[in-house]
Amino acid sequence: MLKIENLHVSVGDKPILKGLNLEINAGEVHAIMGPNGAGKSTLSHVLSGKPGYNITEGKVTYMGEDLLDMDPEIRSREGVFLAFQYPVEIPGVSNIYLLKAALNSIRKHNGLDEVDAMDFLTLVKDKIKLLEMDEKFLYRAVNEGFSGGEKKRNEILQAAILEPKLCILDETDSGLDIDALKIVAEGVNSLRSTERSFLMITHYQRLLDYIKPDIVHVLADGQIVKSGGPELALELEEKGYQWVEGQAA
Amino acid sequence: MTVQYVSQYSSEYKNNVSQLPGQSLEWLKSFRAEAFDRFSSTGFPSLREEEWRYTNVSAIEKKLFSPLAIVDTGVVDKSWLTDFVLDDCYTVVLVNGHFSSDLSSLDDLSTDVAVLSMAQALDQKPETVQKYLAQAVSNEEHSFVAFNSAWFTDGLFIHIPSKIVLDKPVQLVHLTTQAECLSTTRNLLIVDEMAEAKVIETFVGVDSAYLSAAVTEVFVEKNAELTLFKVQSEGDKAYHFGGTYVKQARDSRFNHHNFAFGGLLARNDIHTNLDVASECDLNGLSLGIKRQHIDNHTRIKHLQPHAISRELYKGVFNQRARGVFQGRVFVAEDAQKTDSEMNNRNLLLSADAEVDTKPQLEIYADDVKCAHGVTVGQLDEKSIFYLQSRCVDKETARNILTFAFANEMVDKVQLTSLRELLLGQLLKRFPQAGVDKQWL
Repeated sequence: MLKIENLHVSVGDKPILKGLNLEINAGEVHAIMGPNGAGKSTLSHVLSGKPGYNITEGKVTYMGEDLLDMDPEIRSREGVFLAFQYPVEIPGVSNIYLLKAALNSIRKHNGLDEVDAMDFLTLVKDKIKLLEMDEKFLYRAVNEGFSGGEKKRNEILQAAILEPKLCILDETDSGLDIDALKIVAEGVNSLRSTERSFLMITHYQRLLDYIKPDIVHVLADGQIVKSGGPELALELEEKGYQWVEGQAA
Repeated sequence: MTVQYVSQYSSEYKNNVSQLPGQSLEWLKSFRAEAFDRFSSTGFPSLREEEWRYTNVSAIEKKLFSPLAIVDTGVVDKSWLTDFVLDDCYTVVLVNGHFSSDLSSLDDLSTDVAVLSMAQALDQKPETVQKYLAQAVSNEEHSFVAFNSAWFTDGLFIHIPSKIVLDKPVQLVHLTTQAECLSTTRNLLIVDEMAEAKVIETFVGVDSAYLSAAVTEVFVEKNAELTLFKVQSEGDKAYHFGGTYVKQARDSRFNHHNFAFGGLLARNDIHTNLDVASECDLNGLSLGIKRQHIDNHTRIKHLQPHAISRELYKGVFNQRARGVFQGRVFVAEDAQKTDSEMNNRNLLLSADAEVDTKPQLEIYADDVKCAHGVTVGQLDEKSIFYLQSRCVDKETARNILTFAFANEMVDKVQLTSLRELLLGQLLKRFPQAGVDKQWL
């Protein structure tokens, strides 16, 4: 589904990613762990098309197409979803209309008619229960005045409705207490399928207790320095990031 | 002997005074004479005056707009009214500065309240007019006020007696139908103790140069409440001057929603004086396109303790439009426990658009809570990217964000019919924000 080959990315003159390789097949859940500053968020931003990054080398293939060649909205319509580390507040635009516009953009992109208003409402209400959110959230401005946990849940709600093929979770667990984490993890687990892949970016091992990854990668100094099964996360937790940082370069 | 006046308006219209309403009232004649002298000594404000630094009104002096007589309402293009008159309000229509009873609709108005044209009020309730006229603003304020006092032809007079809650809003429509027209109107809105009312001032006119100069004096008595809306949607070549001067008694509430959409040059002055524990909420939205110049001056005076003031003015400026905001909050020595917040937020959509913003706090009390904030900027890139990552294309994302920024002010309007009118105006002024109905 996704193949990243020798990806080099700089911000200004500063190299952040230095030859990253990663392959994710349909249905797989990958976790990328790493110390602060390793380039985790840069990877999620580059995959979703955020401006401000120079791609100096390498390529990213998504569903057989050149991902880096697509505008951000085309990527999202093609099924790449980024759950933001810091979801943006958009005063004046209600949650429900953003959801509807996004869903209809995808449908239009795929040559389908706009979603029926009643069907849409049923769908949204169904998903909102899953995330244990109040229906009132739908009519509030996007993320405005939401608590940290509410913002993260809202991101997963969007994913649940847009049904992406590749879901990138950028530090979705940061700042969540254990109860909120469980709800978010449950939401994510309910989205798992043989068709859908996940790339979870996290600083903390705890998330992986609730969302079991197939493969764990360690990112340090712009490269993946170690890959393994879920047990790698536990080993990391025990030994600390110094253990892998020593292996970089 | 011919006197040489600073302003040609003084020499041209000196004798017009004899045709204005209220001729039999000696006090009014001397009031107008005093105002005439006041205006004539200075002419229109100049850029040298601090309050007019950013707004050049010299074109008004060069053009010499002319007052018109009452027009036959049969020839008035009714489409203006269908576009702007709300059907769930009492309607008072002034055409080129004169009340039109044919176009107005005051059916079912309770006999307890007075909703009259200013000319009628001078005839039927001269003592009340005398008691309140120029009590919320003096002719010394600036020369547009003196100009208005000297030459106002008509206006709206509302008096809501104690404890009456007006059942429907009153909509005042100022319609200018002819090029080069000068329309000078004066309004008095009096809301007695415990009474409540909503009033909508609407300004519309032809697509030619004209001058509309309106002064509204407002008296909100003890524990009374007035919500005043202003929808300024003048023709694109019009000059608009509007002053709203408010006196608030103890425990009163005054809510103002000031929508500045039209005109080539538009200036609003909104002043309020707050007595003990009174509250004011001033809201403004300016939408400037092409070469429009929109200037808002607000002044809130906390004169007594425990009063609350809230102010949010927003501006969106595109192409070569220019916005000015000057907001002053004055807190007198006695006004302890004042709670005041003032914000001015501006969005510049083009490199040639410009905003001059100047919030000013003048505080003489020591136990107060006063905050103010100003922003001038472009659309937030993070928000644009967030929308793109949710499948929305960049152009639409920009439009949605622009629309959402402005719509926050429209959303504050509680009257559904008015909110829809404003929404229509917003989309008309910003067709590029051709936002799908689904966003509304």
